[in-house]
Amino acid sequence: MPGVDASNGAPAILDKDGLGQLIAALRTKGYRVVGPRSADGAIVYDDIDDIEDLPAGLGDETEGGRYRLRKRTDDVLFGYTLGAQGWKRFLYPPRQRLFAARRQGAGFQVEAEEGEEAPMAFLGPRACELAAVALQARVFGDKTFPDPGYQARLAAAFVVAVECGAAASTCFCASMGTGPEVTSGHDIRLLEIKGQRFLAEAGSDRGREILTGLSLSAPTAADLKMVAAARKAARAGQGRVLDRDTAAALQSMPDHPRWDDVAARCLSCGNCTMVCPTCFCTTVEDVTDLSGDHAERWRKWDSCFSVEFSYIHGGAVRTEAKSRYRQWITHKLSTWADQFGSSGCVGCGRCITWCPVGIDITAEVAAIAATRKGTQG
Amino acid sequence: MPERKKPKLAVFKFSSCDGCQLTLLDCEDELLALVGEVRISYFLEATRKVEKGPYDVSLVEGSITTPHDIKAIREVRRMSKTLVSIGACATAGGIQALRNFGSVKEFIRKVYAHPEYIDTLTTSTAVSDHVSVDFELRGCPINKYQLLEVLNATLNGRRPNIPRHSQCMECKANGVVCRMVAAGEPCLGPVTQAGCGTLCPGVNRACYGCFGPMETPNTASLAAALAAQGRSRDEIQRLFRSFNANSDAFRKEGDSHG
Ligand code: SF4
Ligand code: SF4
Ligand code: SF4
Repeated sequence: MPGVDASNGAPAILDKDGLGQLIAALRTKGYRVVGPRSADGAIVYDDIDDIEDLPAGLGDETEGGRYRLRKRTDDVLFGYTLGAQGWKRFLYPPRQRLFAARRQGAGFQVEAEEGEEAPMAFLGPRACELAAVALQARVFGDKTFPDPGYQARLAAAFVVAVECGAAASTCFCASMGTGPEVTSGHDIRLLEIKGQRFLAEAGSDRGREILTGLSLSAPTAADLKMVAAARKAARAGQGRVLDRDTAAALQSMPDHPRWDDVAARCLSCGNCTMVCPTCFCTTVEDVTDLSGDHAERWRKWDSCFSVEFSYIHGGAVRTEAKSRYRQWITHKLSTWADQFGSSGCVGCGRCITWCPVGIDITAEVAAIAATRKGTQG
Repeated sequence: MPERKKPKLAVFKFSSCDGCQLTLLDCEDELLALVGEVRISYFLEATRKVEKGPYDVSLVEGSITTPHDIKAIREVRRMSKTLVSIGACATAGGIQALRNFGSVKEFIRKVYAHPEYIDTLTTSTAVSDHVSVDFELRGCPINKYQLLEVLNATLNGRRPNIPRHSQCMECKANGVVCRMVAAGEPCLGPVTQAGCGTLCPGVNRACYGCFGPMETPNTASLAAALAAQGRSRDEIQRLFRSFNANSDAFRKEGDSHG
């Protein structure tokens, strides 16, 4: 079949070879391509050399505190829902050196950070994940105190989003209004339809430019029907719903008895905050070498579940598990709106899946909502 | 030029396997820098040369298991400006604290041909159960970077950067997939202090809890999740009763599954 011209932005069909060409084209342009792979019993986002690295025929099953990789009966390349962790670790690395310094007389000399990072191309972000990237971009795009590292990595990144054709039992992007359709934040969006074939559309000029160079074909009516069915399935298949009214009102319920209930179960392990694609808290550590002549300042992911995190001169202010869980969920769902103008949750469900004891953000909100009925308008 | 007066470092051993003090010798790349900054005054595993105390920094490995140990640790405390206990033995009593849950008399009778020669306490306990300790460095064995950090911080008069949060946070920072959630393995990571460098989860093995209880260990909730995985009371008790069996949190949890 003769190729189609993607330069007008019309949706086109990209087959397996075309996807291979896309990965190769990105690599030729100097991008470090990051996408899904199967490793250690899960889908993880990691460096991708070619199409053979993608997890063909693998799917995932998720529940509160439970994740299992499953063989599918087909050979789709993006047949899982989400990687174990999001793209946060690439845009916002768990450990970053902020600067190094050397003693000089009574003062010190700051040494310039050297080394340019290769621009990254993300292959596979879902709608909720791009919504999370947009939320973090707002956090790190503060007018007075922007994070230049984050902004630079994001600006350089090429995004090939892959829309969901199915949802997991832990998904609730539909109730957060962040998915499942990909509407922004991408250079190209793909939707996998049967047989490792994708509907491909450009979302930016550089996306259009790359697509134009690939072998594409025009979608058939049957293809478009499958696309519509997949989008519908991804919406209908979501296993969770978040009561957004109650969620937004959490800041007015610091004394709710549910906090004691959840505190009895919560391990304060911090997994939820680590896997949450919008959580951004860090700690700063200064280290010296043995001589004390050389010092470095590092920024490391931290969590509102650690006691140290709330340490203010004289002691920690959140010493109980109850206050730590309450802080996390209240910030995420309620006070985030005051701070950044929207909810801090994109409904990916990772905090539910990866909580070792299966604490479920939607269930905690539902339990609180149940106690509000009748007492509030 | 007179030599700058270097702080004196001593390394003492009580009941232990020597693995933690070996960690100091294991600091191959950093060892030269270290001896440039401190004077190794007492470290029998490394040198026969012995200098009298007092010492500026003493590293103490091993648990207290005999009446003689009790006297000796008091003497060490008296001679040390800063005392850092290192490893699960010194900070919790070690694997040998399993004796605390059985009959020592019975053990001695079974193991030794001449039980009458054995003079031992019925318990194995942490150094801090006997003298005041300036810093407890966890691990079985300790992690060499953490050891260097503690020495470094002590020599530079700052607080060591040794987090007390869960092992899970370290797993996630290292991009390691959770053994408990993705493989259904019984893992102590959520109640264990980070610091080992994610040794076990990094090779697909659930955490044994070498670094002892994290700052706020909710062992009861973890035990309930382990029971929901189908683990028996005996299995759960055994999980908590290993290298840090006698740490407060793990001992209480283990006892409650008797
Ligand atoms: S709070 Fe949970 S569901 Fe919401 S974005 Fe974070 S990890 Fe996803
Ligand atoms: S909610 Fe779950 S994942 Fe989060 S700190 Fe508590 S136990 Fe850990
Ligand atoms: S059992 Fe846990 S603490 Fe011990 S080495 Fe393994 S991961 Fe580290």
